[in-house]
This record gives sequence, C-alpha cells and structure tokens, in this order.
Amino acid sequence: MTGTPEEVDPEEVDPQDVDPQDVALELDCRALMCPLPIIELARHVGDVAVGDVIAVVATDVAARHDVPAWCRMRGHDFLGEDSAADGAPRFRVRRVA
Amino acid sequence: MTNAAQGSPTPPPRYLDSASSEPLHPAARETLLAALDQGYGDPRRLHRPGRNARLLLDNARAVVAEGLGVRPDEVTFTSSGTDAVHRGLLGLHRARARVGRRIVHTAVEHSAVLHAATWAGDEHEAVAVDAHGRVLVAELLTRAEGAAVVAVQAANHEVGTTQPVTEVADRLDGVPLFMDACASAGRTPLPHGWSAAAASAHKWGGPAGVGVLLVRKGVRWSSPFPHDDRVDDRSSGFENVPAALAAAASLQAVVAEREAVNARHAALVDRVRAAVARIPDTDVVGDPVDRLPHLVTFSFLYVDGEALVHALDRRGFGIASGSACTASTLEPSHVLAAMGALTHGNVRLSLGRDTTEADVDAFLEVLPGAVSDVRADVGL
Repeated sequence: MTGTPEEVDPEEVDPQDVDPQDVALELDCRALMCPLPIIELARHVGDVAVGDVIAVVATDVAARHDVPAWCRMRGHDFLGEDSAADGAPRFRVRRVA
Repeated sequence: MTNAAQGSPTPPPRYLDSASSEPLHPAARETLLAALDQGYGDPRRLHRPGRNARLLLDNARAVVAEGLGVRPDEVTFTSSGTDAVHRGLLGLHRARARVGRRIVHTAVEHSAVLHAATWAGDEHEAVAVDAHGRVLVAELLTRAEGAAVVAVQAANHEVGTTQPVTEVADRLDGVPLFMDACASAGRTPLPHGWSAAAASAHKWGGPAGVGVLLVRKGVRWSSPFPHDDRVDDRSSGFENVPAALAAAASLQAVVAEREAVNARHAALVDRVRAAVARIPDTDVVGDPVDRLPHLVTFSFLYVDGEALVHALDRRGFGIASGSACTASTLEPSHVLAAMGALTHGNVRLSLGRDTTEADVDAFLEVLPGAVSDVRADVGL
C-alpha cells in the first residue's frame, strides 16, 4: 500500500499509446486495492483543468464499478474503459467542475 | 466477567445484523428445549417415539404452511436455506430438461442461486437491474422465452429492494419461476405466482440448519440430488425434528408480531437513511419505499468497508459489510455492482425484533465519527 501513483507526463508518452481522448494525466494504481484507486483519483482530479481527462489504471476489480460510481457521486463524466499499453484496465474521467 | 470484576464492564454489543442471522426468538428457544426430549425418534418408525417425532414434524409442517400461506404438502424441511434454494431451482430445472436447459435469473440473486445455476452446467443468463436493484421486467420476459426456469428473489438480501415477482410470474408464458424468499420470509407475506420457493429459519429467529423448500401443488419438480427414503421425498437425510418445530414456533410468533415490528423497523430505517445521507460523499442504496422493513445499505466514498466494520465493532456495534476491500482476490458485491452503486465502504444495517430506538440512536451518534476516522487514516 506504499504506491504513490506515478504521474505520466503526456508529452513523454509514446504517441502510439496516446488515447484519442487526449488524457491529461494518467494515474498508475496497478498495485492498489480498493478503495485506494478511487482515493488517488479524488486526490488528483484537481491536477487537471476543468474539461480535461484524467485516467486511472487499476487492476483491482472494484475499480470497474467504483470509478463510474465516484463520477456519479462527484459530478464528473465517466468516459469509459480502455487498456493501458500493458493491457491493464484504464478508466477515463472528464473533470466537470 | 473479568471486566466486570475490574469495574469496567464491556456493554453487550448492539447487534445490527439480523439479515445475516436473527437471534433465537424466545418462542423458538422454549419449543426447541421441549422438543429435544420429545423429538429424538425416527419419524418413519412405527413405535411410540417414532410416532411422537412424526407428530411433531407434521405439526411443524402445518404451522410453517399456515405462517407462509401455503398448503402443508407444499412444505419440505431442508438442512438450510441454501439447500432449499438448490433443491428449488435445480428441481424445477431438472423437470424441464426436455423443454429447455437455460436458467434466467436477476443479476442480484443471492450467491446460492448463482452457484446452483453454474453447477447446473448449462447456459445461464443474468438480467440487469435498475439503480434501486429492481429487475428490468421487459428484458427478463424477453430472455425467459424458451428458458427452463426463471429465478427472481422476493426481496434483495443486501439492499432490501423488493422484486416484482407476481408481475413477472403473471407474464411468463409457462416458464416456472423460482423465488428465493430467504431475506423476506416470515417478515413479509410471500408474493404469489412462484412455482417453487426457498426460505431460511435463522433469518426469522428460528435455529440455523433449517431451510424450507416450497413446491406448489401440481408443479413439475424432480429431485436434482440422490433420493433418500425419508418422510418427505423432496429432501434427504434424517429430519431435525426439534429444530423444525422450533423454526415453526418462531415463524408463528414472528408473523403474529410483524405488523407492529415492521412499522417500527420501517420508521427507524427511514431515520437511518435520512441521517446517513447527511454524511458527505455517501451513497444510500436500495429502494427507499418498496423494500424490506428492517434493512438498509449505504456506501461511503474513500472508506475501506472492512476497516469501518472493525471501527464500529470497537464502538460496540455488530454490522455487516458487502465490500470486499483488502482481500484483493475477492470480487466486489455483485449486487452493488449490478446497481451501479459504490462497492467499497459499504455497510448493511439490519434490525431485529429486539433492536430499540436507543440502539439506532447510538449507532447514528457514532457513525459519522467512525467514517471520518477511517477517512482520516487515508488522508481524505
């Protein structure tokens, strides 16, 4: 439970890995168990501008349900799930306010 | 005792988990103790101890039938609610083998139903629910065409939402409906329209180890398990006569009390729902109106459900969690997931007949602090 999510600077990412949705910030929460990926999401959503996309990469199975639930409760847009380069599930969120 | 001697008595825990298991009803306890001495014989034997046991078993069956509003010959005692679920669902399924093999069930059935459906080895399909956890009837009816059996619970065990069993049954075209009524039986009248149903005595203050399988007169049901030569050919194994009689006595008492108890519980749960909703970042789950009277579930953002259970236990409250936090191999609650509810930080509070207003007030007093303590541990 030590993991501080690794923040990926979009400019350093291989262009092939960049999602068409233009992810402004991607949180690596691969090793974290629920509810830690959601806690990281809450901590860092303020790091992206309103209207920008933050993504969380999480292997914990609860994230698939809890990222959309968090969006509903906090008023952000859940954009959907895709995969990180290594195949880990990635969940994209647009900051609304 | 040690604590009392030291002058710092630990108060008895306030038990708020009757939906997992209700403490033994006084009527069940009294009956059980008396029946232990009377009901030891084999109810299939013709000697006097055997006849006594048979009399007690038939009496238990008649009382349970009356309490649940069914005929005595529709009642079978099983070794648990889970066993009753398995026999009910799989027995209907087996009897329909020539018509179809597919099992259709709501996405929020108890795991006993899901495991039985998986065990049957055939295709089975989960039908989606709305945000309150109520099954989407039109979708269910479409999927049910040509199915062997449809499973719809009477009410959900985790969130309390009642299901439209009768509406579904009325519109099914010849497909039998299995109803898991373990969460509601005894507390509320059974809906109509099912072909087979299951209930569990320890959820209404009877002893554990007594389930009730109901199969409607005239319904085609075929045992999915090896036969046994017992009193009732829908079950197997030596009957636990004293426990069945105690289960019946408890059901009778609970049904007689339930109008008053349910009204009290429903009002207390309304209060809990309102108070919990005032805690920031909280998801209060389940239908606020069409629900079981005694049960309410809520989830707190950023909270580890297991940590919250421990925090409340330390404060003297026994309460369940549907969250699978910490143990990374465990799946989150399939009920909460199907509803789109928050799956972490979840607790389920359920009231028993002895739960007082003071118990609920005390719980509501400590809950906000317990939640903020757990949240503070993670820095939110």
